[in-house]
Amino acid sequence: MTAAAASQGAARGRPAGHHWTPRRIAARTGFYVLIAIFVIVSLFPFYWIVITSLKSQADLNQGTTSLLPGHIDWGSYSFDLTQTSATGLNFGRSLLNSVIVALSTTAVTVVVSVLAGYGLARTRMRFKGATLGFILLASFFPIIAMAGPLFLAFRNLGLLNNYLALIISYLVYTVPIATWFLANFFTQLPRQLEEAATVDGATRLQAIRRVILPVAVPGIFTVTILSFIFAWNDFLFALSFMETPDKYTAPYAIVAIGHTQYQTFYNRIDAAVVMITLPVALLVIFAQRRIISGLTAGALK
Amino acid sequence: MLARDRRFGYALVAAAVIVLLVITAYPLFYNAWNSLRHDVVTSGIPATWAGLSNYKEIFTDNLFVPSLVRTIGFTVVSVAVETVIGLGLAVALNRAFPGRGLVRAAVFIPWAVPTVVSAQLWKNMFDPQNGFVNYILTELHLPLAHTTWLGQTWTAWGAILVADAWRNTPFIAIVLLAGLQVIPGDIYEAARIDGASAWQAFRRLTLPLLKPALMVAMIFRTLQSFLIFDVVYNMTAGGPGTSTSVLSYLNYQAFFVNFDYGYGGAISIALVVVALLIAAVYTRVFRVEQVL
Repeated sequence: MTAAAASQGAARGRPAGHHWTPRRIAARTGFYVLIAIFVIVSLFPFYWIVITSLKSQADLNQGTTSLLPGHIDWGSYSFDLTQTSATGLNFGRSLLNSVIVALSTTAVTVVVSVLAGYGLARTRMRFKGATLGFILLASFFPIIAMAGPLFLAFRNLGLLNNYLALIISYLVYTVPIATWFLANFFTQLPRQLEEAATVDGATRLQAIRRVILPVAVPGIFTVTILSFIFAWNDFLFALSFMETPDKYTAPYAIVAIGHTQYQTFYNRIDAAVVMITLPVALLVIFAQRRIISGLTAGALK
Repeated sequence: MLARDRRFGYALVAAAVIVLLVITAYPLFYNAWNSLRHDVVTSGIPATWAGLSNYKEIFTDNLFVPSLVRTIGFTVVSVAVETVIGLGLAVALNRAFPGRGLVRAAVFIPWAVPTVVSAQLWKNMFDPQNGFVNYILTELHLPLAHTTWLGQTWTAWGAILVADAWRNTPFIAIVLLAGLQVIPGDIYEAARIDGASAWQAFRRLTLPLLKPALMVAMIFRTLQSFLIFDVVYNMTAGGPGTSTSVLSYLNYQAFFVNFDYGYGGAISIALVVVALLIAAVYTRVFRVEQVL
């Protein structure tokens, strides 16, 4: 389904001019209470990690005494970002690793999926159904069943502890949904676009680049955001392929940060959790409609 | 002309197909091959032919079958709970009210965070000393205020379920909301004129029309729940004992702790078979050809 259809359907409201009987007031109040509960359950855990991340170790040792943050201490953030552990773990470095890997994965995904999506939507190639079916099937493949064999393959290729191992593996998260979404997107563009370009003597690849890409920007944008989120959120491949702490991605680093042999530093862990969550939370807030249309594209035909 | 067009099509899809083949088909065949051999890669002992003994082992040792039972139980419970709550959330968000866009963003954010974050966040919430749960139970003088949630089998499962449901219920709600929004409003008008109650309209109209979206959401969630790993690894590490050890976790231990690629390969093949079954149900519900 398309974003246009979604916003059209959203317009259905309650007709104005009803009488406010006690029953209706109770129903309305109940409805808002329900909405409030959903919002609180969704957001309260974030509040909790934010206030925990702002506590000093001395405060934490006293246990929880209040729902309010109390004395605010930014020490955990500066600790995470500046200190490098004896094993070589520095969370700023982990964030950088995540950014590099997620952006690279996204770039490769966009190129591969634009080509494949266009091929599926606009050529008369055979086996379209089989190709789409296979791409869908790949997205159902159990990640853990890939991790073991790929670990050995990357070891043989000398790619363990290398960004490339992650970027290649992450394509299984991103390419299927991106190709499906873009194939669907391209079928909805008018055919006259490329026909006009090819009449002008452009080759088909040139026509794709000059005519199709500019009008496909919204679709490509959606795919970019989704791919970034999926690559950013991986844990299992990073756990399997990255061996030294200076190469950990941010989600993997959370597991190792804030622990010593004797103590767990929840404030340091939660400061890291907050820093990982911020980019994806911002993406949701600013690009909610695109993400939703990408996730539900085609799913409801 | 047609032949050229076709060749152009194959060239365009080649990169996507080859990449996906390499990263899925290679592990599939490698696992299938390994599962027929005794191969502990760090032992230095050359691999030997094992026939079906790895498969015999997974069905007779006391690790795989209990883990399978736990995984199925978790899948059924988590998908059921998340579907019911997600349906309620979708119906609520389908009504027009002031601030709906903000509310939708707020309840959707948990879906976008890494699963590791949801695990860590709820581990913190359930922490006996610095957590919220025991604090509020103590303040309200409720029982269980001194529970070590992750230290006992059933409370640990409860905590895992909460972390999983908190992150994934929004996904179900979003898919169902998209399904609700394509149902034309006038059929409800007609039902109201015919004297149907809101509940009757929901049962007789909404649910049947929502069935395709419900199936899509439930099938995706069934697959993900069945393969749950990140939350278990980060919250309980399969413990206490092996009481929360699910199949993906068992498979991870086989590969990366014991380096037993024969046994691990057999578990992987079992997981692939289940994933294929789920995918088969999906393609029956949702026809691939309809996309183009």
